[in-house]
Amino acid sequence: MGHPFLIFPKLFEAIGLGHFAHGNLHVIYSWVVMAILIIMGFICARAVKIIPGKAQNAMEFFVSGLEEFMVDITGEEGRWLFPIAATIFLYVLVGNLMGLIPGFFPPTANINTTVSCALVVFFMTHFIGIKYHGAKYYKHFIGPMWPLIPLFLPIEIISHLARVLSLSFRLFGNLMGHELVLMILFFLAGAFFAPLPIMALGVLVAGVQAFVFFMLSIMYFAGAMEHAH
Amino acid sequence: MEALQFFIAAVTAAGFGIAIAAFGCGIGQGMGLKSAVEGIARNPEASGKITVTMLIGLAMIESLCIYALVVSLILIFAHPQAATIAGLLGGH
Repeated sequence: MGHPFLIFPKLFEAIGLGHFAHGNLHVIYSWVVMAILIIMGFICARAVKIIPGKAQNAMEFFVSGLEEFMVDITGEEGRWLFPIAATIFLYVLVGNLMGLIPGFFPPTANINTTVSCALVVFFMTHFIGIKYHGAKYYKHFIGPMWPLIPLFLPIEIISHLARVLSLSFRLFGNLMGHELVLMILFFLAGAFFAPLPIMALGVLVAGVQAFVFFMLSIMYFAGAMEHAH
Repeated sequence: MEALQFFIAAVTAAGFGIAIAAFGCGIGQGMGLKSAVEGIARNPEASGKITVTMLIGLAMIESLCIYALVVSLILIFAHPQAATIAGLLGGH
């Protein structure tokens, strides 16, 4: 299997940091995702008018759709979580979609990026639990009656750790599988048109996986905010 | 040659593992899809909500198959004697 041609490591090679770039592809392309999101944010924020034009209308529809979906799940008191949830969604979505551009590598196809996103969600969940319930947050982990603690506590701890694993591996597996299939198709069939159906599927997978990550994050946040049973 | 025997066993296990996982995933997603289509047939007005819920459910079921895929990939590429095997086969 040949080495793919990647634009940004080539730029780094030109300034002599080629070894760092090729060892840490996901870091380089995470920076690219950050640059895209920050520049888009600047441009969109400066052009906001009271009477929206077409592009602003489309963005408002999109963003308010996401926010209403989130408030449906967490309730009105969860509205302050929208910035972090939408940031996770946009970061994962742009990261996934970058894999479809030739010369780019999706940062989410590396386990480090996805574990970092999953850890942010995990720590945010416990932060929300402690903020809303204080010291009584431990009641979430001990089940309905105190004699059942030896049964419930290990199950709850394992289930919380499994959230990190499942969030990160779902995203990583989908994207890594996509990249592997593309590499194998290029190696086997070699022409331009063989990987095209896989890339069409890749657009769908990118959107769905970003949305599933977002939805699971807000469901975990909502679970930390509610009363323990 | 121990490393080669271990590699052969690992690759066989990887092949069977992902095949069985895909089998289970196909049945699970088929059952979910069946209920979604029945729901739309009963109530065509709710088709938007049902479709969104169905897609989310399919993504969740698919993630179980993806865990099995990751384990298979680990068995093929990242098992303990990967360096020995790569040396035997001439590296890539």
